[in-house]
Amino acid sequence: MKSIHVSTTINGDAAEFICAPDESLLDVLRNRLGLTGAKEGCGTGDCGACSVMLDDRLVCACLVLGAEAEGATVGTIEGVANGDTLHPLQQSFIDHAALQCGICTPGIIVAAKALLEKNPDPTDTEVRYWLAGNLCRCTGYDKIIHAVQDAAQKMRSA
Amino acid sequence: MVAVTIWGSLRQFTDGKGQLEVDARTFKELLDRLSQDYPGLKPQIDRGVSLALDGRIYREAWFTEIGPKSEVVLMPYMAGG
Amino acid sequence: MAFDNAPKRVFKVVGTRPPRPDGVDKVTGRALYGADVSAPGMLMAHILRSPHAHAAIVSIDTSAAEALPGVKAVVTAADFAPQDDDFLRDVQDNCMARDKVLYDGHALAAVAATTPAIAKAALRLIKATYNALPHVTDVDAAMRADAPVVQEGRSLETVPDGMSPNVTSHCEFGHGDLAAGFAAADLIVERSFTTAATHQGYIEPHACLASMTPDGKADLWCCTQGQFNVRTLCAAMLGMEASQLRVTASEIGGGFGGKTTVFIEPVALALSRKSGRPVKIVMSRDEVFKATGPTVSSSIDVKIGMTSDGRITAAEAHLRYSGGAFPCGTVDMGAQAAFAAYDLSAVRTLGWNALTNRPKEAAYRAPGAPQAIYAVESVVDELCQKLGLDPLDVRLKNAARKGTKSSYGPTFDDIGLVATLEAAMAHPHYTAPLASGQGRGLSAGFWFNFGGNTCVSLNVNTDGTVGITEGNPDIGGSRAAISQMAAEELGISYDKIRTIIADTSSLGHNDVTDGSRVTFSVGLATIKAAQDAVAKMCSRAARIWGIDEDAVIWHDGAAMPAGPNAGKFPPMTLAEIAAVSFNTGGPIAGHYEFNADGAGVSFGVHLVDVEVDRETGATKVLRYTVFQDAGKAVHPSYVEGQMQGGAVQGIGWALNEEYIYGADGRLQNAGFLDYRVPVASDLPPIETVILEIPNPGHPYGVRGVGETPIVPPLAALSNAVSRAIGTRLNALPMSPPRILKALSKG
Repeated sequence: MKSIHVSTTINGDAAEFICAPDESLLDVLRNRLGLTGAKEGCGTGDCGACSVMLDDRLVCACLVLGAEAEGATVGTIEGVANGDTLHPLQQSFIDHAALQCGICTPGIIVAAKALLEKNPDPTDTEVRYWLAGNLCRCTGYDKIIHAVQDAAQKMRSA
Repeated sequence: MVAVTIWGSLRQFTDGKGQLEVDARTFKELLDRLSQDYPGLKPQIDRGVSLALDGRIYREAWFTEIGPKSEVVLMPYMAGG
Repeated sequence: MAFDNAPKRVFKVVGTRPPRPDGVDKVTGRALYGADVSAPGMLMAHILRSPHAHAAIVSIDTSAAEALPGVKAVVTAADFAPQDDDFLRDVQDNCMARDKVLYDGHALAAVAATTPAIAKAALRLIKATYNALPHVTDVDAAMRADAPVVQEGRSLETVPDGMSPNVTSHCEFGHGDLAAGFAAADLIVERSFTTAATHQGYIEPHACLASMTPDGKADLWCCTQGQFNVRTLCAAMLGMEASQLRVTASEIGGGFGGKTTVFIEPVALALSRKSGRPVKIVMSRDEVFKATGPTVSSSIDVKIGMTSDGRITAAEAHLRYSGGAFPCGTVDMGAQAAFAAYDLSAVRTLGWNALTNRPKEAAYRAPGAPQAIYAVESVVDELCQKLGLDPLDVRLKNAARKGTKSSYGPTFDDIGLVATLEAAMAHPHYTAPLASGQGRGLSAGFWFNFGGNTCVSLNVNTDGTVGITEGNPDIGGSRAAISQMAAEELGISYDKIRTIIADTSSLGHNDVTDGSRVTFSVGLATIKAAQDAVAKMCSRAARIWGIDEDAVIWHDGAAMPAGPNAGKFPPMTLAEIAAVSFNTGGPIAGHYEFNADGAGVSFGVHLVDVEVDRETGATKVLRYTVFQDAGKAVHPSYVEGQMQGGAVQGIGWALNEEYIYGADGRLQNAGFLDYRVPVASDLPPIETVILEIPNPGHPYGVRGVGETPIVPPLAALSNAVSRAIGTRLNALPMSPPRILKALSKG
């Protein structure tokens, strides 16, 4: 199969890569672009550890083809902080001990950020249902919900 | 001499006795004497046993001292995750 | 070993909640996990796996695969060293099948190639011929005399003659006169239970990068709970010496006991040796479910007698566990843990392990205990229901305490069971009203906890900061707790300390991060290493002041004269002593190496409220509270994290998770869609109550906490659901189809 040349924007920067037609965006990010923040937990869209933004949609990068990034904007965990300033969600996760092993954390932060941009004042239930596609095996989700709500509150009063 | 409690499935090798009197002052001496006096225990001892001494579990420390009044209980070597 | 057990003291750093050192890396995606590294010239490898549950390998012809352009090496069992030791041979045969494939997914060959696509294509070119054999996946079926035999000649001397060769071990524990005990009971309940195998479900699949050079030295990067254990196992399998193999533990994306052994690491090393290039292997989720280490599956009978006022007079359990296709000692742990929470004059547990054509078991938090305690706590609850007794009252009445002869032999020292039961009794959750269709359940739980081989090195930098080198992968926040204990002991600020995890060439042996051992053992070693450094710093100060070493003490982060007679010198802080260390004898370090014993057991009690939908059979968890004795919570947030995480794993185990095998012996649900772990919307907040009954074996009173929380949820949920629907359930998981079936019967 012939490789495809893709031009896209990743975390605000222009980027180009070559990939196989059947290669996932996740594999491109991790293996071709060195952006290993998105993780492969399952490869079938069940765990959310590879959550990224594709234009304004929250997607599992393992379910998107690399070729689909052509002309689109991609947002990964590496682009969430603003230079050396952590995003309120990132700071809140540290403050609330909302991570243990941390493997699900990039996906959850990308997903939570997408939620708060749509709905700045969600209920706990809304947060839990929004994050239902992001598996965490370590924390039991309790501190994650606290961290998201605390960040949301700080972002509302900023 | 110390009194050692042996767990149930090992008693088939000690003539059914659950408590044995053994001349030993350390964990290693105890294991060596048990293997000597009760050869049927040797395979389990070689695979690994832990020792509970007055309620405290020692997994494999040979030089643990055992006093004559100590409560000594043999336990399988522990594994966890 | 002797300790100067400090009496209850006021802590400055221990017990607070500072930020963890790896937090920024993890929230920014910078942290490097098993699959996140690459090396120049790296090959990617894939593994050929058996499609049969049980078969003889007639032949494996790898020639066509080897000839494919881009393929640089192919390995089979022939590429590994022969093993005399049963344990090592089993680990090795599990990594790469020899003569027989023993379960669906069992590895039998591996290919390293320049791209993953070529490696996968090469697998299809390997011609493996099998002679399919009858298989058995159920533990009770495997124990029958006519069961298909998984392996011959593996039965230990404790197994009676005449049993199927699949029965590999037998154990028995307990004391007292059972017959007399049952005769004294007013009510006896006898029940049988089954639990399905479950998986730890860590989100990170196993991954490693191995690089061996022609001089026989190798570097291995892998996600593991124990890099030293990986070194031991891989060195044995590759015929290498320990010093030749340097293993570095990556950050780990969950382990819970499942990453305490090896699966792909020896294979990557063998491929690297053969190809002369670095080789990376990353397991797929399908492979993780099929070919790593799930729990045992179990079949359990429990019989308990109780007086009408709630005293247990006799208790008996028969545990039949299967740890898959290789012998497994987990039933010993279950048999000892089963009645640990009780003060009993007559108790007996019998355990059996049987081989089945399933993957080789690995630990999952407290291995063996959840199954046994699920069964016991369910029967205790049924007795309470039938006798009209309060379940917490009954637990308190029969609770093990200091001085109780445990069901597994030793007499307990200070333990926290009564404190956790009393805390549960006093908690508003216990008396909150329940609506119709809702049920409340509880269970006690227990784990032994370990010590183990541990080394710590503590180095004082000239600018007054401290570096701690330890050897245990951080799976729950232990780096923070270790830095806190050092800060406490040294009397300096937490943020002056940085704790890192060493590779196997940089430190002495450390046992695996398991057994809830790290905060206890590594913490203890850190305290001792800090005391070692303090002694050296006092000695330096003494020389600087020209006074006797014995005349200097350490207080609040500084050396000072012991009394007015010693001399009038202002205190010298750690930073001041460090700044002149090069002039006073050289760099200052403390270290400590030992095999820790004296870990304290940890008891817990869980309370849960559920609501069952009688139309769908779905169970909603409404409220959950975890009570656990931590001895001393060094970092309360991480203790809470263990309690919450373990509880939720237990909830998944109780309500949905199971390995489902088809009639063909193949695993039907090897993915997260059909192996259903709890998600955020399934759960309420998990409230935690930490009790602190100090462990006499640790200077700060620390007890391990990581494993106990997975034990109580199984029975707590079962008791809650049983009460909610008015029928006792006796199998896990209590998935909707099973609940609907129970409702239609009852």
